[in-house]
Amino acid sequence: MSNVPADLLYTKDHEWIKVAADGTATIGITDHAQAALGDVTFVDLPKVGATFNHGDVFGTVESVKAASDLYSPVSVEILAANADLNNSPDLVNREPYGSAWMIKVKVKNPAELAGLLDAAGYSAIL
Amino acid sequence: MSETLARTPLFALHVELGGRIVPFAGWEMPVQYTGIIEEHMAVRKTAGLFDVSHMGEARVRGRDAAAFLDRIMTNEMSTIRIGMARYTVMCQPDGGCVDDLIVYRLGESEFLICLNASNAPKDIAWMRSLIGTAQVEVIDECAAWAQLAIQGPVAEKILSEITAAPLATIKRFGFLVGEVAGEAGCIISRTGYTGSPGFEVYLPAASADKVARALLAAGKPHGLVPAGLGARDSLRLEANYPLYGHEISERISPIQAGLAWTVKFAKPEFVGREALRRQVEGGPSSSVVLFSLDDRRIARQGAVVFAGETAVGEVLSGTLSPVINKPIGTALIAAGHAHSTELTVDIRGNRIPLRVANEAFVK
Repeated sequence: MSNVPADLLYTKDHEWIKVAADGTATIGITDHAQAALGDVTFVDLPKVGATFNHGDVFGTVESVKAASDLYSPVSVEILAANADLNNSPDLVNREPYGSAWMIKVKVKNPAELAGLLDAAGYSAIL
Repeated sequence: MSETLARTPLFALHVELGGRIVPFAGWEMPVQYTGIIEEHMAVRKTAGLFDVSHMGEARVRGRDAAAFLDRIMTNEMSTIRIGMARYTVMCQPDGGCVDDLIVYRLGESEFLICLNASNAPKDIAWMRSLIGTAQVEVIDECAAWAQLAIQGPVAEKILSEITAAPLATIKRFGFLVGEVAGEAGCIISRTGYTGSPGFEVYLPAASADKVARALLAAGKPHGLVPAGLGARDSLRLEANYPLYGHEISERISPIQAGLAWTVKFAKPEFVGREALRRQVEGGPSSSVVLFSLDDRRIARQGAVVFAGETAVGEVLSGTLSPVINKPIGTALIAAGHAHSTELTVDIRGNRIPLRVANEAFVK
């Protein structure tokens, strides 16, 4: 069974988002997503300062079998992209909630967070 | 949508082993067990076991069998020695490929042909349509056979532990009929689709589960792992073996695909001969190249290839090569551009330089 940590929020597109008290957040893909993709070979992430609306494609995660778009869970401004994934994309398979975080962002409209799933809601769609 | 998918005799074993089951060519097949790259490298370094029971089989027999096959195949069939197999293409009159096949000569007038899964019904109907007055019959044996491929440097050692058949006497593309894990009537063939040494075993469908479990048990101490269709595809592409529907198809001839060595113009007549002859003499309008990328992105089927700003081709297959750790693939490139050093491929709006390879990435 997939690992779904209780302290994160989720999208139905299998991204997770961890919101900090200061209005920033960290985003990645779920354990279920990495298992479905198989061996991840490349992660294409945006530049610092780029902005995305809720639902925009902010990057691509590529496995041996397919390339999949990454969707912004809420409207964001990019504060950092995880450079470790350039050389070690396989971290996504090994630590999807840890060292394989993808972007750190500023949440532009905190009200949008209400539209995300909690761990129980996400588990229910798996 | 609600197409009924077929299952091989090993379906329950795949589920038991944790295989991820996907639809493929009308079958429910395991695409991977633990991971494509891990299974791929096991075949290169130790061994992998593939269920390829979805492949089709047809028996062709009768007084005129050899002459009939010479007439419908591009390669020479009548010169295959009993106990040997040969790779060939079966062409349409316009030179397009009906299928690519391996033909096993069981006797003077008896052959077993291995067909691609998705093409098997079409191939059998095609062959029967060409019989005419020849004394030959084409028998559909797809349901009768299961197939296992055990591939990798230690494949022979593992197989030798569950069969008394003299494996060392089997030459490349040779075979013998024998007992494996106590199951009689198996065809043990030194062939494969991975670029690593190994065997393909044709076995009565009812014997498949027992033989597969015996191989996995014998192989475990040697590093044998079950391997899925994902690794099968990356292995064959690294070895530059064509896949029907990608490098060869009804619109891509064996001449375009770099398979001219399978086309024997010395034969006075075979289906497709004139069209293929014209392609050789005039040069084909496009041809298939193997390539690698100095990038991490994979160029996938349908990606457009450019020479400067001109579209000159498209990608036919693409994957990551675990051995060279780079994206690799094949592309169909218009005449005159196949050896260009300035080709690029468009991947999601990025133009990535495409490096044409002169030989397979594994020997």
